[in-house]
Amino acid sequence: MQSLMNAELKRINTMSRKLLLEKAHVEGIRHYDVYRREGGYRSVEKALKMQPNDIVEEVKKSGLRGRGGAGFPTGMKWSFLAKPDGVPRYLVCNADESEPGTFKDRYLMEFIPHILIEGMIVASYALGSNNIYIYIRGEYDWITDILEEAIAEAKQNGWLGKNIQGSGFDCEMYVQRGAGAYICGEETALLESLEGKRGNPRIKPPFPAIKGLWGCPTVVNNVETLAAVVPIINEGAEEYAKIGIGKSTGTKLISACGNINKPGIYEIDMTISVEEFIYSDEYCGGIPNGKKLKACIPGGSSVPILPANLLLTTAKGEKRLMNYESLSDGGFATGSMMGSGGFIVLDEDQCIVKHTYTLARFYRHESCGQCSPCREGTGWMEKILLSIEKGKGKMSDIDLLWDIQRKIEGNTICPLGDAAAWPVAAAIRHFRDEFEWHVNNPDKCLTENFGLRHYADPIHVPV
Amino acid sequence: MIQFKEASLIKVKEIIARYPPEKQKSALLPVLHLAQVEFGGWLDVPVMDYVASILNIEPIEVYEVASFYSMYNLKPVGKHVFEVCQTGPCMLNGSDNIIEYIKQKLNIGVGETTIDGMFTLKTVECLGACGYAPMMQLGKIYREHLTKEKVDAIIDECRAKAN
Repeated sequence: MQSLMNAELKRINTMSRKLLLEKAHVEGIRHYDVYRREGGYRSVEKALKMQPNDIVEEVKKSGLRGRGGAGFPTGMKWSFLAKPDGVPRYLVCNADESEPGTFKDRYLMEFIPHILIEGMIVASYALGSNNIYIYIRGEYDWITDILEEAIAEAKQNGWLGKNIQGSGFDCEMYVQRGAGAYICGEETALLESLEGKRGNPRIKPPFPAIKGLWGCPTVVNNVETLAAVVPIINEGAEEYAKIGIGKSTGTKLISACGNINKPGIYEIDMTISVEEFIYSDEYCGGIPNGKKLKACIPGGSSVPILPANLLLTTAKGEKRLMNYESLSDGGFATGSMMGSGGFIVLDEDQCIVKHTYTLARFYRHESCGQCSPCREGTGWMEKILLSIEKGKGKMSDIDLLWDIQRKIEGNTICPLGDAAAWPVAAAIRHFRDEFEWHVNNPDKCLTENFGLRHYADPIHVPV
Repeated sequence: MIQFKEASLIKVKEIIARYPPEKQKSALLPVLHLAQVEFGGWLDVPVMDYVASILNIEPIEVYEVASFYSMYNLKPVGKHVFEVCQTGPCMLNGSDNIIEYIKQKLNIGVGETTIDGMFTLKTVECLGACGYAPMMQLGKIYREHLTKEKVDAIIDECRAKAN
């Protein structure tokens, strides 16, 4: 409990600290003049006077973890980049935001595109890359226009192109649209796509840091990760690392959706509790129509769903916090993951079987088809879940689903297999009685929902 | 004969110039987007062959890409394509009802086009608008927080554009 109290104190000290969205509501911030007037591009000025390696060290010290979902330390990823003589290096921004529940990068790019551009220039200088590609999901067509306009503004003002601000550093930036494929959010599939091919993930090693885009050393970072480089350089790694707790430093964008009063994007410092995030008016504002919380997927559709009791409190009985460590406390048995920060809330009237079916359908649709466990398994899971949802399932189907997900997990080239397996596994792990109820009540399940049963117990769930 | 307009050809050159020499295949996705807009909203085989010729790659390299990505249409579509999201977060907010309503209103099923060639209904998987559900993509932009009334208004708006 002591650590919790410290966290609480820390939270009060740093409450509502915004690093990325601080200026999001300034009128005209999308455009260069306003962005610059509000202090934009200071981090580039500062960085260009530093040694590239010192910037990498600074990012390492900040504790920044990749914001795309995996949470890998960014500074370490940068330090792996191979630097053979005479071979170009590339920085690629992963803006292929496609994980159900996740819509945070879109917000940054749409409203404050210059913070991404600024962060990428600093990163590119640190990595010694002279070309940056932003790979954005094809559906974000209008955001591509916003980014291209912002890039043109940055270039006109000497932040891109040749000899940036007289430093001798050259850098060009381009936006490339995908064309509808979740798998291209996986970094090697993204690189394949950027090379004009199908988005089939590559076998690793070699990692992109050694052989990436066109066989050259490449760093691929998420939009939010690259934007976070700006406050790290401006304020210094130590100041940045003071925000948050443990290995969850800085702020995190959470995109909240599902059955909540205030869906949207929230920049949190990672010391707040899940309960506060859901029920406080500063964030989600509670569940609409006085309904109760049934379950939640806290980090994008791939991470395990948790019933209300395990979501708000860990198995040890501690308040669960919105950070990497606390959300994963208890492993997959009783915990989940921070993932991409796609926070999906289900109220008491939602059907776990149906919801899991829509996710299984998603992964079947998005499987690239390279590995048979994923290609075949996702199709099987979708069909079985649909049949249970429609009251046509057998009791043995539940075990069959469990068996299939076990045979996908860990047996594929890329993590899409795991991502497809985990939601099904977690739904059965925590809501098996709801699946059984569907099998035992084939007619009733077509007109009624299973409801809450024991999930909201034993702890008190505020209404 | 299939040929990009002058402005598009300039755009193609610009796109190819983003990549190192000999890496023009990287332009394939952007050029297919351009082609789909310019040649009637879908990619017929001769159009794909044309794209192969201007990028100096084999036609099969274009087909395999065009058939992989969901945004490329390999058969004709209506003038206005309603792409309604049906994944988890949209489902939680009633996307099923919106899809049903559009089906009834336009008298078509998913994947079908109205007889007048005006509307196509497609269901799609997560478009990254989960907080603004239910939603659909219509051309370049998203229509969010959909209700039956909003769907009516969108249909009227599309029809008005045609007149």
